[in-house]
Amino acid sequence: MTKKNKIKIIVNGKQTTINSNFSLKNLVDKLQIPLNKIAIEYNKQIIDKKKLKKVILSKNDRVEIVHFIGGG
Amino acid sequence: MKNKDKFIIAKKNYSSRLIVGTGKYKSMIECAKAVKISGADIVTVAVRRVNISDKNKPLLMDYINPKKITYLPNTAGCFSSDEALRTLRLAREIGGWKLVKLEVLGDKKTLFPDAIETLKSTEVLSKEGFKVMVYCNDDPLMAKRLENAGACAIMPLAAPIGSGLGIQNKINLKIIRCQTKLPVIIDAGIGQASDATQAMELGCDGVLINTAIAKAKNPFEMAEAMKFAVISGRKSFLSGRINPNLFGSASTSNRGII
Repeated sequence: MTKKNKIKIIVNGKQTTINSNFSLKNLVDKLQIPLNKIAIEYNKQIIDKKKLKKVILSKNDRVEIVHFIGGG
Repeated sequence: MKNKDKFIIAKKNYSSRLIVGTGKYKSMIECAKAVKISGADIVTVAVRRVNISDKNKPLLMDYINPKKITYLPNTAGCFSSDEALRTLRLAREIGGWKLVKLEVLGDKKTLFPDAIETLKSTEVLSKEGFKVMVYCNDDPLMAKRLENAGACAIMPLAAPIGSGLGIQNKINLKIIRCQTKLPVIIDAGIGQASDATQAMELGCDGVLINTAIAKAKNPFEMAEAMKFAVISGRKSFLSGRINPNLFGSASTSNRGII
């Protein structure tokens, strides 16, 4: 794969390089994160987890992937 | 004997009046064990970024099963209504949680709640169908406003979060308890078991404890102490204490005295 086919996005505040045709679903699969334990925000909008395949990522997109941790 | 003393929040009955936080523990194993010993069936949890660089990092859900224990997502660390709303909407998306704990802080040093931002958030969340348990100061007027805004439980502080100072304003807490039909749950400031008992003896419906258990020298023993403290305080409250009297009243009859 040439550099041309790669794009840079921000995932949880960190710059990440992915394939240019990646969907949110591809990203979650690549990161090996269990879908039933997370929520995803795409450019400040919460995305229904059933619709992740429909969101195709573009350059400089910001993705937040959150889960539950211990808290009071 | 059938226990008729029910602890109901947003139309759901819970067996334990002790709610525990899951922060500040040395490990998730320690946290899960303390939760089990405490007998709590609700735990508070926070929403944070997934660590994408360490995929093997343990997940809370692997240690505390949300199908067996009710997760109460909170907004710890939020200092504005926008941040709190964003956090709880994300929490709902994780697993459909509607019962949430709203906590909008106003000051980094005292961790006192921002009453205006809290009220604003309560109104919005209630309209969106959330069942909002609200952390607030021990202010009866604000507690009433939160109730009117749609809160499902009032959670006044006993003292600043994590301070362990115990109950500082018994009168206000009692007034809050007397003026509302909602459950009143003491949130923050409990330091030792007797504080939890005292909260329950005031008539409060429950207690939320995190630091006092997690940071105790022996969290497991403290978890058990808190469990019994809450049960004891509740029983004491329901039993109806004697009237306090300035002077003595002998326990033994004088009849037949020699």
